[in-house]
Amino acid sequence: MSRLLCCAAMLLALLSTGMAAHAAPTDAPKVPDTLKQRIASCTACHGESGEGSDNAFFPRLAGKPQGYLVRQLQDFRNGLRHYAIMEYTVRPLDDDYLREIAGYFAAQDVPYRTHPVPSMTAAQKARGEQLVTQGDKARGVPACTACHGSNLTGVQPDIPGLIGLPYDYLSAQLGSWRTDTRRAAAPDCMATIVSHLSDADISAAAAYLASHPIPDDPRPQAAGSVTMPLRCGSVGS
Amino acid sequence: MRASNIAFRAALALGMVLAGFAVAHADPASVERGRYLATAGDCASCHTALNGAPFAGGRVVGTPFGGIPTPNITFDRATGIGAWTKDEFYLAMHEGVSRDGTLLYPAFPFTSYTRMTRADVDAVYDFLGTVARVSRKNDEPQLSWPYSMRSLMSAWRLLYFDKGEYVPDPSKSAAWNRGAYLVQGPGHCNDCHTARNSLGATVSSPRLAGGLIPVQDWYASDLSMAKGGGLANFRQQDIVDLLKTGRSARGTAFGPMAEVVQMSTQYLSDDDLAAIATYLQSLPPRPAPDQGNDIDASASMARGQKIYADSCADCHGVSGTGVAGVYPPLDANSSVAEPVGVNAIRIVLSGGFAPVTAGNRRPYSMPPFAQKLSDQEVADVTTYIRRSWGNNAPPVQIDDVRKYRSTPTY
Ligand code: HEC
Ligand code: HEC
Ligand code: HEC
Ligand code: HEC
Ligand code: HEC
Repeated sequence: MSRLLCCAAMLLALLSTGMAAHAAPTDAPKVPDTLKQRIASCTACHGESGEGSDNAFFPRLAGKPQGYLVRQLQDFRNGLRHYAIMEYTVRPLDDDYLREIAGYFAAQDVPYRTHPVPSMTAAQKARGEQLVTQGDKARGVPACTACHGSNLTGVQPDIPGLIGLPYDYLSAQLGSWRTDTRRAAAPDCMATIVSHLSDADISAAAAYLASHPIPDDPRPQAAGSVTMPLRCGSVGS
Repeated sequence: MRASNIAFRAALALGMVLAGFAVAHADPASVERGRYLATAGDCASCHTALNGAPFAGGRVVGTPFGGIPTPNITFDRATGIGAWTKDEFYLAMHEGVSRDGTLLYPAFPFTSYTRMTRADVDAVYDFLGTVARVSRKNDEPQLSWPYSMRSLMSAWRLLYFDKGEYVPDPSKSAAWNRGAYLVQGPGHCNDCHTARNSLGATVSSPRLAGGLIPVQDWYASDLSMAKGGGLANFRQQDIVDLLKTGRSARGTAFGPMAEVVQMSTQYLSDDDLAAIATYLQSLPPRPAPDQGNDIDASASMARGQKIYADSCADCHGVSGTGVAGVYPPLDANSSVAEPVGVNAIRIVLSGGFAPVTAGNRRPYSMPPFAQKLSDQEVADVTTYIRRSWGNNAPPVQIDDVRKYRSTPTY
């Protein structure tokens, strides 16, 4: 008899905890246990698949080399690259998590958006093309293609492509190496290159790159497929 | 022959003295205790520049009077504190006086570290002696006149500095005393969780009552069990969870508190975290702050409710309950209900991640709404969450949002 009572009490207890578990989360939403759900902050600005925003204010991340993306995130966290909301967002994150998040965006394969093409004079266009494809020996500027790849699609795992980027973003990034709001690991080859470009050169190169068509295969070239004319601290370490 | 023998012996003796000097820093038990206390005191967080060598200084601590760079506290003899004796180190920690007699600014929390025991300060010294020595010259403070006059500090001290080691209260438990010691001493919680007056002094009474952190513009909660921005709804376990993992059933750590959790409290022992919670839970609740009931916020509330349903309820729930372990509740959340409203406004604008900790390796995040919602809409939805469910905090105004939209994020 007392055994029975005890069992009944236990059953009741089980039932009631079971009920509590059902009753508690009345309107609690069910949350997917995915990386995509976790990074709602990043995708709110950079797009669901890292495709970037229409107005090109938030840069595309999709398909960029993973090593490059990780490095940018670390640079924002460590105060080498500056953009207030990016710095705030990545500050509480560690390297492991940044690598995983970068991997997510690097693996996305979505079409490029087209951006308005800036108008250029013939002279500007020629100068832009010269800088990008041949460089300017006299000023110590190597061709951009020497590092960013023959089709400017970047090189795995550390060198970004220069295609599909809007004029404003390109010129702002090049300018920020000059104003020291963007730095990369030493030796900072991009800082050296930019220091040899005039303002007009920066505009010409940015305009030429922004109007460059997206190649059929926009993926970054294989690792080790370029011989860099300068050493870059952010590549291959 | 003889002479060189003597020289040899002298050299040997000198060598032994020098070695002895080094060995004196290396009592392993004291070093380990010192490491733990330096973590509890979060020394590395202030004394390490972004991307810089640990403890080598160079981070600038912002104050309303200007930036004060942290000095090198590695044991490099020329640029750090390698030449300091234990007595000199204790003087700095206990009285805020540097080796050369300079009166240190209270941006260095010696006003809390003064509560640490001599044995604990010596242990921190022993630990710092084992840290890799880095040669890095100290920078000069960037204070504007008259705050640049260190001599002002002596008057400041007379007014505001309450020197002295922690005195245990024998009527309280060992855990309570341990908690009080950690909170008031090494943890320097009062450095942020209190209002500061116009001279940068933490207002000594009431302690831990919460306040806006100058320059950073985040509101550090009232750590008593007060309603409306205090820990009224926190159980002991919630406080422990927050300090250990950066999230809890009552809220998430963000802004400066995320860094405190990440660099410091997540590494404290469970016993010490429980002791801290025991102490905090014994702090008598203060009267709830003004609830702003004289302001008619009904129009703003109605608009805010709609924005909340569209943009927030998916994660935080229609009734603000959040999702356990994933999304913080907004009902009965001290950061939502704090008196100023700055925390909620800034989180709505910037979104963000809970901090990565050993207990939360892949945190979830909140999208920023700065580019989606107008100042009025942010004010409406913030007012809505502050005055819904069990919350009853003053509404926020469009000007508040305008102000914090341009606050640089720290
Ligand atoms: C509030 C909007 C916002 C949020 C949230 C945000 N970003 Fe960004 N992100 C930007 C902007 C704007 C830039 C361009 C900054 C600049 O001009 O240098 C940027 C730049 C970047 C870059 C550099 C791109 C490149 O090609 O060099 C990376 C990588 C990046 N973000 C990743 C992330 C990740 C990952 C997250 C989430 C952890 C995130 N962002 C969250 C707005 C945002
Ligand atoms: C020596 C190799 C090298 C050359 C030559 C070079 N780059 Fe770069 N570039 C890099 C590397 C490496 C990075 C990534 C830097 C980092 O980690 O922040 C980069 C980054 C950039 C970025 C930033 C991309 C982004 O998504 O934010 C731009 C823009 C850029 N380069 C433009 C140019 C232009 C224009 C030229 C030619 C005038 C050029 N680069 C030549 C190596 C090179
Ligand atoms: C909130 C930031 C902060 C924290 C946390 C902090 N310090 Fe400091 N510390 C400073 C600043 C700022 C100064 C310089 C003050 C000045 O110039 O008057 C300083 C000065 C010092 C000095 C004097 C050095 C000299 O050359 O005069 C010592 C020693 C010191 N700190 C040790 C520590 C130890 C040990 C800890 C951890 C228990 C610690 N600090 C935690 C900000 C901090
Ligand atoms: C995709 C899910 C998501 C959405 C949508 C969302 N949040 Fe959040 N919210 C979070 C997460 C995750 C945190 C904790 C991270 C943090 O504090 O930075 C958070 C934190 C907060 C906090 C701080 C509370 C605390 O203890 O950390 C407030 C206030 C807040 N959200 C309000 C809102 C409001 C208002 C909206 C709608 C305008 C909203 N949230 C939309 C996920 C979300
Ligand atoms: C550098 C400043 C700083 C220091 C030091 C600091 N805090 Fe905080 N703390 C904050 C801020 C700002 C908030 C409000 C933001 C939040 O809720 O995370 C906060 C919030 C909290 C909360 C409430 C969290 C919530 O969800 O409402 C607790 C509990 C807390 N702190 C405990 C402590 C304890 C215990 C210490 C000492 C060991 C401490 N804090 C030291 C700045 C600080």
